[in-house]
Amino acid sequence: MIAEAPSMNAPVVRARPQRPKKFVNLRKFVRHPFAIAGMSILGVFVILGVFAPIIAPYNPQASIFIPMQAPSWQHLLGTTNTGQDIFSQFVWGAQTTLMVGLGGGVITVVLALLIGMTAGYLGGTVDAILNTMSNIFLVLPSLALLIVIESYLKGTSPLINGLIIGLTGWAWGSRVFRAQTMSFGSRDFVVAAKLSGMSNLRIMWTEILPNMYSIIASNLTFACLGAMLAEAGLAYLGYENLNANSWGTLLYWAGNGGAMLSGAWWWFVPPGAAIALCGMSFTMMNFAMDQISNPRLATFKKRRKPRVQSNSGIGA
Amino acid sequence: MRYYINKVGFLLISIWAAITINFILPRMMPGNPAEIIFGKFQGRLQPSALHAMMIEFGFSNAPWYIQYFQYLGNIITGHFGISYSYFPVHVKTIIEQSLPWTLGAVGIATLLAAIIGTFGGIFIAWIRGSFLEKAIPIVGMFFQATPANWTAFMLLFFFGFDLSIFPMYHGFGSDVTPGFNWPFISSVIDHGVLPVATVFLTGVSGWIVGMRANMINTLGEDYVIFAEAKGVSKARLMFSYTARNALLPQVTSLAIAIGMIVNGSILMETEFSYPGIGFQLNNAVSGEDYPMVQGMFLIIALCVLFANFIVDLLYSRLDPRVRTGGAN
Amino acid sequence: MSSRIPVLELEDVSVAYDTHNGPVQAVNRVNLKVYQEEIVGLVGESGSGKSTLAYAIMRLLKGAAFLQNGTIKVMGRDIYAMSPKELQAFRWAQMSMVFQSAMSALNPVMTVEQQFIDTLRSHNKQMTLEQCRMRAAELMDLVRIDPKYLASYPHQLSGGMRQRVVIAIAIALEPAFVIMDEPTTALDVVVQRSILDQIQAIQRKVHFAVLFISHDFSLVAELAQRVAIMYAGRMVEVADSGALTQSENHHPYTEGLLRAIPKLTADEIVIEGIPGHPPDLVSLPSGCAFHPRCPYVTDECRQQRPSLYEVGTSEVECHRYAGEKVVQHV
Repeated sequence: MIAEAPSMNAPVVRARPQRPKKFVNLRKFVRHPFAIAGMSILGVFVILGVFAPIIAPYNPQASIFIPMQAPSWQHLLGTTNTGQDIFSQFVWGAQTTLMVGLGGGVITVVLALLIGMTAGYLGGTVDAILNTMSNIFLVLPSLALLIVIESYLKGTSPLINGLIIGLTGWAWGSRVFRAQTMSFGSRDFVVAAKLSGMSNLRIMWTEILPNMYSIIASNLTFACLGAMLAEAGLAYLGYENLNANSWGTLLYWAGNGGAMLSGAWWWFVPPGAAIALCGMSFTMMNFAMDQISNPRLATFKKRRKPRVQSNSGIGA
Repeated sequence: MRYYINKVGFLLISIWAAITINFILPRMMPGNPAEIIFGKFQGRLQPSALHAMMIEFGFSNAPWYIQYFQYLGNIITGHFGISYSYFPVHVKTIIEQSLPWTLGAVGIATLLAAIIGTFGGIFIAWIRGSFLEKAIPIVGMFFQATPANWTAFMLLFFFGFDLSIFPMYHGFGSDVTPGFNWPFISSVIDHGVLPVATVFLTGVSGWIVGMRANMINTLGEDYVIFAEAKGVSKARLMFSYTARNALLPQVTSLAIAIGMIVNGSILMETEFSYPGIGFQLNNAVSGEDYPMVQGMFLIIALCVLFANFIVDLLYSRLDPRVRTGGAN
Repeated sequence: MSSRIPVLELEDVSVAYDTHNGPVQAVNRVNLKVYQEEIVGLVGESGSGKSTLAYAIMRLLKGAAFLQNGTIKVMGRDIYAMSPKELQAFRWAQMSMVFQSAMSALNPVMTVEQQFIDTLRSHNKQMTLEQCRMRAAELMDLVRIDPKYLASYPHQLSGGMRQRVVIAIAIALEPAFVIMDEPTTALDVVVQRSILDQIQAIQRKVHFAVLFISHDFSLVAELAQRVAIMYAGRMVEVADSGALTQSENHHPYTEGLLRAIPKLTADEIVIEGIPGHPPDLVSLPSGCAFHPRCPYVTDECRQQRPSLYEVGTSEVECHRYAGEKVVQHV
């Protein structure tokens, strides 16, 4: 074993850091059945929300109709116990809820990125402090914390709720980003950048961040899902400005207006189902992203039996 | 050993953090809690008694660090304060009454979700390539995204209202007396089915999806293929090799799952008027009963922290690498 | 001296991967025989198909990989014609494999002893726990590890020890034939040497044939009686160790490999590489896959894949030997 044949396994040393192929994954994503399904479902609600002023037939707050009507052509989702049109509330609610969901999700991810990347990249004491902080926030029950915070504020608007949700929900994302950043920190192209004298901030921004796009996207879907659920939960419990229109407040009014006892299923079924569907669409998109970045998770189409039976036993 | 010390240390730090947050929050928010106390009890107490009560609640004119240590001292000795709404009942008493309900319902639901979820995940990995394997995750994702109160609504509506199989509210009927008698216990069970089902549904789907992913990742590991080559039977491969190792990241995510389950239980209790901690928390907020709010938050946080600690201990039992402290 | 009973026969074997754009050839019409108690080396770069071939022989291909063509026989039995039950009983009893990374081949949550017992019990349910334990201790002795380590978990052993444990598990049932997939690649040079010595010693004691896969040509040339060289999924040369000391009658790739080994006794140390880079399996060169890097390239090389010719005691797939006897047409 004097010397290995040098041509074999010669690592190809790249002079420049490896540029990630961003668009390959994007293309795969938009073709994935789960992603398509997810985006379509979400798309429907986004359209509802964006065009709310045009689509909603009536003023959502106007209590001028006959109360507790079942769905009909004039009132696609029936009316509340005070005579408001539920469909209009639903459509406007889409706008509010989605805004809070997306906004809260984005704030969460941005915070998580800042904290996680800093901790992972700088290491040492900074990391120890930030990591402990995020572990604590991770472990504290989020809804309880939100409730307590809300108890000191009165009747916040959905947007403020979204902000608070964003400010408290970053812990999980920061853990993930920290781990990713740490695994990149020792990679060759980062070391090369450091040696070439790039400032830390620039390294994080130009070298490490672009490699994390897919994991950021995946985190974003979870964050949006969490934000939507949190908003719905808070509104339902009555912590939101009750004149605001979101799916959560819709559920609140349904609960308080005795929808249950009157059998008015058209009141509480749509908002909850809508939240579930939107949330599910986020999860489906996340599932698709998972499958693309980790091809092992993909479900294989069953190949028509090859001439020679080769795969037996447990698949992987 | 190092592992255990780390975990105990973290537990203590987290408890301290929760207590501190509890202390800081009211002082950060708009409004003066002291004024609220004043407003509520002005007509009912002598000024000196009022002042004593304010000190009891931790609001005095002393500098904040003295107040802080007084507060810490109170908590450690179990003085969570006196509830405004249920005055003069201590918060601690109310906690003692409501905690068992929450622990019972949530505990059972979590256990069920964990067991069924884990086996569900194993099952899906086993039937890889079939139709069910694709269908179950979708159903799971739907439930994972459903807010717990909506699940509660649906269950309530179908089973409580429409079909009237289960009672719709409270922890037990108003016609039975609490105690160790069968009518009471059966009433408790009766009233508990839907709440438990709600929390269960919220948790199980995340479990299945997570376990499935872990199983599939583990199935690709070299030692599973090596074992298959060695001639180990499929059943043993699935359980002793794959599932056993796939459980490890699953247990890790238990920590986050506990948080979500607690969230779900708060919503569930409100919907069912189930007399647990979450229910009390909400009432406390609407009644501006701040000692109660603080007390409830603290007890919830403590429960979650201890649950996490137990999970950490469990993990060390399952993973020998953690126990014996790594290799050369 | 090896007798002429083949323990492994590869006939026209092709393995491919299913991709979106159609199947990609990982192994392309390979022929090889390994005889009793022989050590045959299998050399090639990453991506040459040698590991894929190993998994194909063991019938452990996963995911998108499948046996496209050809027959694989071990001890005269067609591996792919067996039922799963027959395969489970046959595998490990007659043929086994040492995986490349020993750490990942051992279950991290089971002790070493349990993993031995697993192996033994799966094939012989009659064995008592006591018998299994004794056999495990025997095997540990064979690979020169103190039996007290039976109670340890894999992560508590050093890299070299883990590799030896995996080897011990591989020979637990005394198979006729063991594939070793780069068993020393992950270890440092000193440990490498010691393990190779042990492999040779064990092989002499337990009498099994070895297919030794590696990318380290000089290592294999020293260890094996015959060396098979793979390039881009094709077996371009099979030569015995005697022929390897000669500089003629080789495939141009082999020539490059031989030139790349520096001689310790030479005055000047001139190491030559092979120009060019390894081929992309998805878009292989036309004709002979090696032609872009070959110093003797002709037009025919660019258009037509060469047949396998018998050259002396070797078999070489190269147009330069077109006058010789044909072993296999392309």
